[in-house]
Amino acid sequence: MAAYKGHRTNPDKFDRGQIKIYLMILPMVLLTGLPIIFIIFHAFKPMEELFAFPPKFITTHPTLDNFRKLMKASRSAGIPLGKYVFNSVFITAAVVFGSLLFSTMAAYALSKLRFKGRNVMMQINQIALMFVSVAVMIPRYLVVNRLGMIDTYWAEILPLIALPVGLFLIKQFVDQVPDSLIEAAYMDGAKEWQIYLKVIIPLIKPAIATAAILVFQQVWTNLETSNYYINDDSLKSLAFYMNTLTSTSTTNTVAGQGVAAAASLIMFLPNLILFCILQKNVMNTMAHSGIK
Amino acid sequence: MAAANRSKVGSRANNKNGYLFVAPYAILFIVFILAPVIMAVILSFTNFNAIQWPGFVGFLNYINLITGDDVFMKYVLPNTVKYALIVGVGGYVLAFLLAWGLSNLTKAPRTVFALILYSPSMTTGVAMAVLWKIMFTGDQTGYLNSWLMDIGAINEPVIWLTNTTFLLPIVIIIGLWSSMGVGFLSILAGLLNVDESLYEAAAIDGVKNRFQEMIYVTIPSMKPQMLFAAVMQIVGAFQNGMISTLLAGNPTPGYAAQLIVNHIEDYGFIRYEMGYAASVSVVLLLIVQIFSAVSTRLFGEKD
Repeated sequence: MAAYKGHRTNPDKFDRGQIKIYLMILPMVLLTGLPIIFIIFHAFKPMEELFAFPPKFITTHPTLDNFRKLMKASRSAGIPLGKYVFNSVFITAAVVFGSLLFSTMAAYALSKLRFKGRNVMMQINQIALMFVSVAVMIPRYLVVNRLGMIDTYWAEILPLIALPVGLFLIKQFVDQVPDSLIEAAYMDGAKEWQIYLKVIIPLIKPAIATAAILVFQQVWTNLETSNYYINDDSLKSLAFYMNTLTSTSTTNTVAGQGVAAAASLIMFLPNLILFCILQKNVMNTMAHSGIK
Repeated sequence: MAAANRSKVGSRANNKNGYLFVAPYAILFIVFILAPVIMAVILSFTNFNAIQWPGFVGFLNYINLITGDDVFMKYVLPNTVKYALIVGVGGYVLAFLLAWGLSNLTKAPRTVFALILYSPSMTTGVAMAVLWKIMFTGDQTGYLNSWLMDIGAINEPVIWLTNTTFLLPIVIIIGLWSSMGVGFLSILAGLLNVDESLYEAAAIDGVKNRFQEMIYVTIPSMKPQMLFAAVMQIVGAFQNGMISTLLAGNPTPGYAAQLIVNHIEDYGFIRYEMGYAASVSVVLLLIVQIFSAVSTRLFGEKD
């Protein structure tokens, strides 16, 4: 008989057939991971290792000097680092909260309530998955300007709340909630908002976690809003400040590199930690991510 | 059947509360996504310069773009096509192959590898611009220069980020490096959820190896994920295009790595020829549409 029996995905244990796959994947994993490991080492290098020639990949005497210099650099610029941190934390929290609230509400309605225009709305949102925000940065600026939001926190919050991918993923997940549960809640006399809070929200937590990560990534590292809508330095985001460190002449000096690496690490770590904590939810949500 | 079943829910044919639930999202969507897209289309037919009231110029911007804009035709368009094909399409194939490999591993290494592969996309270009600047520093203190001189591949340090030969390949490599994003995770999840009895059945029907299995069983049974991933991949590729001006300024030296998003920024925010920039935006939106239409043709479920 033919030997091939069809392979198994997600095997329970290691077998020799997997060696080939390790050989294929490991080089890619290494290539991908090295730059990230590099930036971690670089951020902790003391001055003499930053200046070392030939340049060294690994730091042997890790130090927090670069992080201290980062604090000092912002103090000398007139705006304390804490202000940028506050701006970014506040903006990110507001956008994530707003986005999750509005997306789950809309997803519930689009998935479970009957009303005219529902399908059209869902289709428009699906087309908007292809939205490349940098393509319309100019008209977006004009809208923000017209609404009088230039130099306010609003300009950094409101444009980022509607995230089509977030709504799409949450809606796909709400579709999995059995209608019988909702029907039963109606029988008990529940109103729509009660069903939304008591039935839907608890059942779609994985999708909410996933959307939270996606929104967080968009906001935390966003440069566009600070760059174009904000002139007042005290309202700009941490991402913006970190970017000025990397783009100005500081990186041309070797000493500036360490500081810039420390800045990059600070921007990157919250993303990584959040993703590690929530990764199970993400995979669970992605299982329903298909476009039909 | 399904429709009849579902219409019981709420048992109200036109539930007005639906509008209330959708309204907050819909308003922000209209104001900050839909309106800007429509405005881009309208502005693209004007000579708007941010100071005077825009005048209607018909297709002049588009005509200039195709016939008069040497930089666009000679550098921006070819660069963008190259970048989109390698980072968008190539990145997509790579994402599938890596996800496919991962789905054949046990859970612990799979999770760790997936996390590492995904991590660059969390940095969305900007946070890591400094990393590449350090790597590609133009004198012998730069890491890449130092290594290449060590192994004797080059004798003189290369000034990578102003070198017109290397700039675009560097931007493409960085684009690929950070392209294992949401689409990659979606494919991986899709692969892990393919019904395994399909593989057994296919083996009985004469599928002889994993490659045939991939073509005849795996991909057809996860088309929806393949389509979602394709859209995410292409959007991510274009969104990441800003990395080239973060590395080398706008315009990039000799327009070597000028991509369409950088061209928009150049005309819109540096020269304030916003009507013209809008027409470039519309072209970009059309390019994304074309890529999506092709993906839909490939993976869309036919009714």
